[in-house]
Amino acid sequence: MSMGPEHMIIAPILIPFFAGALMFVYDERQRRAKLTISLLAAAASLLAGMEIMSRANGSDFAGGADTGFYLLGDWSAPFGIALVADRLSALMLVLTGLLSLPVLTYAAAGWQRQGQHFHSLFQFLLMGLNGAFLTGDLFNLFVFFEVLLAASYGLLLHGGGQLRVRAGLHYIAINLTGSLLFLIGVSLVYGATGTLNMAQLSSLIPGLSETRRPLLHVGAAMMGLAFLIKAGIWPLSFWLPTAYMAGAAPVAAMFSIMTKVGVYVIMRLSFLMFGVAAGPSEGFSGPVLILGGMATVTYGCLGVLASQSLGRVTAHLVLVSSGTVLAAAGFVLVGGSPQILVAALYYLVASTLGIAALFLLIEPMGREDGSIAALLALTADAYGLDDREEDRQPEVGIAVPGTLTVLGLSYLACVIALAGLPPLAGFIGKLGMLQGLLVEGAATPILSWGFVALLILSGFATLLGLVRIGIHTFWGAESEPPRLLALEIAPVLALVGLVAILSWKAEATLGYMRDTAAAAQSPAAYAAGVYGAPRATDTEEEDP
Amino acid sequence: MEIVLSLAIGVLAASGIWLLLRPRTFQVIVGLCLLSYAVNLFIFATGRLWIGVPPIMPRGGFVNPTTYADPLPQALVLTAIVISFATTALFLVVLIASRGLTGTDHVDGQERQE
Repeated sequence: MSMGPEHMIIAPILIPFFAGALMFVYDERQRRAKLTISLLAAAASLLAGMEIMSRANGSDFAGGADTGFYLLGDWSAPFGIALVADRLSALMLVLTGLLSLPVLTYAAAGWQRQGQHFHSLFQFLLMGLNGAFLTGDLFNLFVFFEVLLAASYGLLLHGGGQLRVRAGLHYIAINLTGSLLFLIGVSLVYGATGTLNMAQLSSLIPGLSETRRPLLHVGAAMMGLAFLIKAGIWPLSFWLPTAYMAGAAPVAAMFSIMTKVGVYVIMRLSFLMFGVAAGPSEGFSGPVLILGGMATVTYGCLGVLASQSLGRVTAHLVLVSSGTVLAAAGFVLVGGSPQILVAALYYLVASTLGIAALFLLIEPMGREDGSIAALLALTADAYGLDDREEDRQPEVGIAVPGTLTVLGLSYLACVIALAGLPPLAGFIGKLGMLQGLLVEGAATPILSWGFVALLILSGFATLLGLVRIGIHTFWGAESEPPRLLALEIAPVLALVGLVAILSWKAEATLGYMRDTAAAAQSPAAYAAGVYGAPRATDTEEEDP
Repeated sequence: MEIVLSLAIGVLAASGIWLLLRPRTFQVIVGLCLLSYAVNLFIFATGRLWIGVPPIMPRGGFVNPTTYADPLPQALVLTAIVISFATTALFLVVLIASRGLTGTDHVDGQERQE
């Protein structure tokens, strides 16, 4: 077996895994070493993700395909577990990587000191996320979900304190129940079809006997329930705002991609199992996604309008974002224009980056109240972490002049991106979805028009909610502006910069999304690719 | 055998869900345990029920499908047991931390006001 470039596909899983394990060797006081390893590992996974993306985009995988395969243990396709890297997986890998670097930098400004094993848990979270994006097997997906959830439990509790423990208790109970539903769904699907391989599943479904089809639908619905809990669809989303608000700032920012894992899996499985070629099962999950997504957007908007603190507003914006993408995917599933999916993917990337930036802004913006600083000192005491001389040193970071201006401008950029105002990326995404909804009347016109209205209204609600808080913070401030470290504002600027690049290079990124959407809608090609994936030993040692 | 197994799964799942909806943290964790037992039995049953049929392939390769149980659900059950055991242990830690921090075993961290 040669060390060919195909091993690149497993790199985004292995790098964080080894980095996370390595950091257990280091003592809790060696934060600088841990931070270095963590940053290097995150950068390396990002590079691997980008390499996978460029190969998927340039059809540069083995055999000139735009989908790459990695057979774990070299078992041929339907029997073993296959990792599958296509445009959609690559997009999510790169998004995770782009999010992780700024978040780690932000954590270096102080949050990493508030508890133990922050960096290890963070790397395991990355491993779980990347694994969930890459795997082509249902049960393996469950395992990676558990990896990322276990890491997220630890991260949510990072920093301790009564608020976090209480929110964590609910979060863990809900996710454990979700995992059990996932298991029931997986076993029902296995019982009905006899396979766990997503590719084989998609090719078996059109010809499934009528006695087994209801069983498959029940199984898919149970699995969908588990993913929709993660994605925060209404009415399964009441846990989400509390949990996201309770998390430490960098943790909450990283959690903004956790709902997107649910959205990703829903999109992946829906298009594979119930896409255009699924026979009687075609469009099975579409109506639920449309109605649920629209209800989520409505609930999120009401939450945004009703909330008094930026943390709560941002947590509800997470709901608006995932609801929008879910509903858009549902429209495409029931025969809407593919352009909706293209724009929805673009919107997904833009809104995730924007929400993460907003989560990072919450703490600096609320700092003048002194409440967070007091909380920080308190949790540090509770954890028995004595601030030694060496720990005080990171405070030497350069304080940024014109604090309020910098904060205000980054906040403004986030507002523009999230509310969908021109010229930033949110606008382009929403415009594309509107165009797609209006061009063709394939879905029920009432629903299409309802979604059009909701898209516009949700932008307006976002604008209203965020501007109100912005006025209170920036114009109503009487006290001295807070001291702001460069380490804290740089990640926010980086995220805002990414949104700006996304808008600047809209033509190129939209082109990529167009190919992604087209590939997602041709499950037959996906399945054929997985079956044809060559084993590494085939060429070298043929059994006599 | 089918009726016994399905009754067992049903009773376990029903008791688990009932306990999960109770207000005390200890009831919630016992409920989660019962629910995970039900799910594990359920996964096991998806390989169909056999008696005296090992999931082992004889030397030489070929198997007679009527004397061969499906090994995959058994492997899945093992994985599921390990994972749910570990996460339940983690939940237990958080439960005890919550009890220590709030002084109550209510799931909301405070007793309901009458």
